[in-house]
Amino acid sequence: MKYSETLLDHFKKPRNQGVIKDADAVGEVGNIKCGDIMKIYIKVDKDKEVIKDVKFETLGCAAAIAASSALTELAKGKTFDQALAITKDDVVAHLGGDVPAVKYHCSILAEEGLQSAITNYKNKEK
Amino acid sequence: MKNIYYDNAATTKVDDRVIAEMIPFYTEHFANPHAVHSQGQIALDAVEKARETVAKFFNCENQEIIFTAGATEGNNIAIQGVVNKFKENIHIICSAIEHPSVLETCREMKKRGVKIDYVPVDENGVVLVGKLQKLIKSNTVLVSVMYANNEVGSVQPIKEIGELIKTENEKRDKKLPLYFHTDAVQAVNYLDCDVSELNCDFLTMSGHKINGPKGIGAMFIKKGVKFSPVQFGGHQEFGVRPGTANVPGIVGLAKAIELISSEGKANFKKVKKVRDKLVKEISKIDNIKINCDLSTSLPNILNVSFLKAEGESILMMLDMEGIAISTGSACSSGSLEPSHVLSAMGRKPEWSHGSIRISLSKFNSEVEVAVFIKALSVVIEKLRKMAP
Ligand code: FES
Repeated sequence: MKYSETLLDHFKKPRNQGVIKDADAVGEVGNIKCGDIMKIYIKVDKDKEVIKDVKFETLGCAAAIAASSALTELAKGKTFDQALAITKDDVVAHLGGDVPAVKYHCSILAEEGLQSAITNYKNKEK
Repeated sequence: MKNIYYDNAATTKVDDRVIAEMIPFYTEHFANPHAVHSQGQIALDAVEKARETVAKFFNCENQEIIFTAGATEGNNIAIQGVVNKFKENIHIICSAIEHPSVLETCREMKKRGVKIDYVPVDENGVVLVGKLQKLIKSNTVLVSVMYANNEVGSVQPIKEIGELIKTENEKRDKKLPLYFHTDAVQAVNYLDCDVSELNCDFLTMSGHKINGPKGIGAMFIKKGVKFSPVQFGGHQEFGVRPGTANVPGIVGLAKAIELISSEGKANFKKVKKVRDKLVKEISKIDNIKINCDLSTSLPNILNVSFLKAEGESILMMLDMEGIAISTGSACSSGSLEPSHVLSAMGRKPEWSHGSIRISLSKFNSEVEVAVFIKALSVVIEKLRKMAP
């Protein structure tokens, strides 16, 4: 198994890593089996339903950290509809397309993390 | 920046003196040792001299040493050999923390109808001999327990198990013997390997774990032990391991063993000193757990878990600093299962998740420790900061 340059770059210098203290919603997903946890924080423009800011915290492998980082780049500034349309394939493509097959599930984690944050937001607003 | 190599349980650097010994057998004495001409005889003499060196180390007869391609092949010859010989209605016991070359061979034997039981280990990764005794049945033909574990360094009570099996055999009628196999790959460097004291019937080892070449190993098979060969096509190595002998490899293996005989004790001390220093420094990091009883384990293996830092990420970040270690994290296993050794020891997944193995050799120095600890502390802090 070998990681691509792009993936390693995200791992080394993760984008949007950290906590949004006054986040409007948080999504948390994990893989109980291998022990990975991913937490996605979002700050929302209420009127436009746009993700103004997004940050992540991840406990997991290099691919999971890189996928979280890639996801935040993809999600920032997007409307909910656009954000919900982000798939693991988009995450993989953003990482240069060359993610080892055994590490695909880490990108799914990112996809689900964002979805969970948006769902939590919508539930809160109801 | 100089690289730091802390993955010696995976493989070791070949000692220069081993290479020097091997080269003439590529350049000059390259003839086939099984040929009748005198050039071949020179190679054959070297093979037999090597066999004598190895036999002396294990305190056995020359004919009890077989050269193999390594311990994986040796383990297959032992396990499959016994199964092929006794075939029907037989039972094998191995420990829960064996190397995959034993575990997966046993799993394959299960498909052929052999019953397999796994002996559990205690929290320090040491086989529970009492449980082993209870598992032995009248149709048990083989017990396979490694001498020292490759992931955590726990040393197994091989002499005690050898004694137990000896007594079991005395109770049996001779038609169905009970054999004892030990995979001694990690032990050869540091532990006493006198087979008469270990009371084993099969012992396997690899050259590349003892600063010798890859692709060569040796196994001890006690005289009179009944088994069927698993490979065919030649008379070499007493018909057990047919094929043209790997002469340079064999010569190199013998040299590596000779070096253990003369320098092993000093290396034990040297390596242990480095490990103890590592332990002292790593213990300053909070939320860690050492995965072994260091007072009884191998001097060169240190397995430690960090809470809230994943092992493969630790490995990758250290790699960027030129440091090689390994991990028992589920993330790096392909199957997404945590290390079977740590699980057998009762380690919770969140602890296995952040486990790394540091394995030393005689080529590691105390000077490296400070560099390593500095890098490790930064990595752990960085990863923990990223974790929720
Ligand atoms: S987070 Fe466990 S494999 Fe990626």
